[in-house]
Amino acid sequence: MTTVWVPCDSAARSVGADEVAAALGQAMADTTIVRNSSRGLFWLEPLVEVEVGGERLGFGPVTADDIAGLVEARFWKGGDHPLALGPVAAIPYLARQDRRIFARAGLHDPLDLDAFVAGGGLAGLERALATDPAAIVEEVVTSGLRGRGGAGFPAGIKWKTVAEQDAPQKIIACNADEGDSGTFADRMVMEGDPFTLIAGMAIAGLAVGATTGYVYIRSEYPDAIATMRRAIAAMTGAGWLGDDIRGSGRAFDLIVRRGAGAYICGEETSMLESLEGKRGEVRAKPPIPAIAGLFGAPTVVNNVLTLAAVPDIMAGGGEAYAAAGSDTSRGTQPFQLAGNVKRGGLVEAPFGITLRELIEEFGGGTASGRPFRAAQIGGPLGGYADASLLDLPMTYEGLAAHDLMLGHGGIVVFDDTVDMAAMARFAFEFCAIESCGKCTPCRVGAVRGVEAMDKLIAGDQTQRAIIDDLCELMVDGSLCAMGGLTPNPVRSALRLFPDDFEKSRKVA
Amino acid sequence: MADTMTEAPPGDTDPAAIAARYHNRPEALIEILLDLQEAAGAITDADLRAIADSLNLTRAEVHGVMSFYHDLRRTPAAPAVVKICRGEACQSLGAERLVVATCEHLGVELGATSDRATVEAVYCLGNCALSPAAMVNGRLMGRATVDEIVTSVDRVSGP
Ligand SMILES: Cc1cc2nc3c(=O)[nH]c(=O)nc-3n(C[C@H](O)[C@H](O)[C@H](O)COP(=O)(O)O)c2cc1C
Ligand code: SF4
Ligand code: FES
Repeated sequence: MTTVWVPCDSAARSVGADEVAAALGQAMADTTIVRNSSRGLFWLEPLVEVEVGGERLGFGPVTADDIAGLVEARFWKGGDHPLALGPVAAIPYLARQDRRIFARAGLHDPLDLDAFVAGGGLAGLERALATDPAAIVEEVVTSGLRGRGGAGFPAGIKWKTVAEQDAPQKIIACNADEGDSGTFADRMVMEGDPFTLIAGMAIAGLAVGATTGYVYIRSEYPDAIATMRRAIAAMTGAGWLGDDIRGSGRAFDLIVRRGAGAYICGEETSMLESLEGKRGEVRAKPPIPAIAGLFGAPTVVNNVLTLAAVPDIMAGGGEAYAAAGSDTSRGTQPFQLAGNVKRGGLVEAPFGITLRELIEEFGGGTASGRPFRAAQIGGPLGGYADASLLDLPMTYEGLAAHDLMLGHGGIVVFDDTVDMAAMARFAFEFCAIESCGKCTPCRVGAVRGVEAMDKLIAGDQTQRAIIDDLCELMVDGSLCAMGGLTPNPVRSALRLFPDDFEKSRKVA
Repeated sequence: MADTMTEAPPGDTDPAAIAARYHNRPEALIEILLDLQEAAGAITDADLRAIADSLNLTRAEVHGVMSFYHDLRRTPAAPAVVKICRGEACQSLGAERLVVATCEHLGVELGATSDRATVEAVYCLGNCALSPAAMVNGRLMGRATVDEIVTSVDRVSGP
């Protein structure tokens, strides 16, 4: 019996993985088709794999029309074919990564709990069950793990605050709103390795004394929602969640909640409001969620990637995790290469890798083949970088030195056809569309920003000073980082690409 | 709280029954509205009143939530709902042109509904390595083209 792997990841399906699986099923009798998760090498999707001599060989990107030829070449025996990629693990893009959170990406059916356990996926949770809660928190502090959702707050410190609260109930709230353009790592975890996220949340619960967890998933991710629900049911059925986890006497339950289309609900207090069934209006801080969060209970709010990093930290130890990276940027970061890039996908690497390595060596330059012009780092609230910044090390502090931020690790590449004035205008437009409306600098400022940008683009250079003032007002006066960071893309575009804001360039 | 719904609900269109599945808990309001909309296509005034009653909320509170979230509809969408991503990654590979061309082909303005298609802008579908991205009735597309989108609409709404 031959086994063929075809990813079930929604990005792979978006370019025909289901059709490929169906065509394979028709063409090959006596074959098991396993729908594995994606390796995150999206330009190769659908990436079909077979095992020959204990090694997984890849073929891609495969279309349903290629199946006849592949079968003729006896691809399941490793037969030669123009789409043959050789051993998947040896593809440089993958071989050069340091995959921890994504160690299991693409290996098996994401809902195959036996395969997950056999691969050591529950070692971290098992160790946590046998560890004193304070020692779990200490392990996370030692790891130096910082929040991967955008703000980069040390996870261990947050956990410690929640652990120290004396409250009848505490909650773990996983932020799976992943609204940033250019990011898809949370989606890949939830669709591709949901048990790791669940284990991370359970460990967080054990550490701080919370028995309930919520996963807030954006509605744009229907596959992630379905997979998480099924994974929770499987873990509960096997006794890894519930009232008495594997006979330990410790309890942890998980609930999936859907978003309903609102970027701001990724902001943690807005997410808490939404989880309470309300309008996602940002709460004033203090109190911080760690003290009074969901339903007033002390709440750990962490991003998917933060929580998914925890099982590996518990299994291998905080010090081993902290050994990778640099300065205060410890461990690995799943970078996401997106937009106009030849080889878009997921690159998990230690902090300190340069933007050039990511865009040129991993990404292979632009998809269009035209010269690189700009990259937006860290989502719609992140700044733009130009070619002069390509040697920048990707660390929290390295980026901050240039008024840039890592955000959720998304890197969106643009070629020389990009109109940076249009992108700056879009930053204001996006803020106007997605503002929660609670404070004036953001609600009104964003609308004014679009108007001023339109006039500037039409040639009225006096608008520059108005835009500068507006940016200052939004930075200083906004209640949250939505309004407060929208000036990042605007100012960096104005600073690095001034020509795009001169009408003459457009006329010429 | 562990007894709250975690599995996909059946296609019930009775707001009170859906609310009951969530034990009439006000924090489940968004889930209830999403379930109802999935089953019935839109949330009517009568639904709004029934849900408010079930959850012991004011109508203003339910209305406030309805108006906050982009996904929630007071009027039904067309049989084919086309979402085109306007996020930066998709813009880097021509999303704005895709929006214009799709609207032109389908004869619908962005944000509007015809008897065949509703066309909406969204901001990131998590498919940014295969930009531009679009979604038709929940089916994600990568490196989306006008032809592919129009074909999908035709499949649902007839050519
Ligand atoms: C406008 C806005 C949107 C945000 N969106 C997200 C998001 O989609 N996912 C996320 O994890 N954090 C997001 N954040 C950051 C959260 O507020 C918060 O810092 C984070 O969830 C904490 O988890 P972490 O420490 O693990 O990163 C957003 C913040 C702002 C201001
Ligand atoms: S800055 Fe914008 S999103 Fe944040 S609270 Fe103010 S209005 Fe809401
Ligand atoms: S920006 Fe379009 S899918 Fe992410």
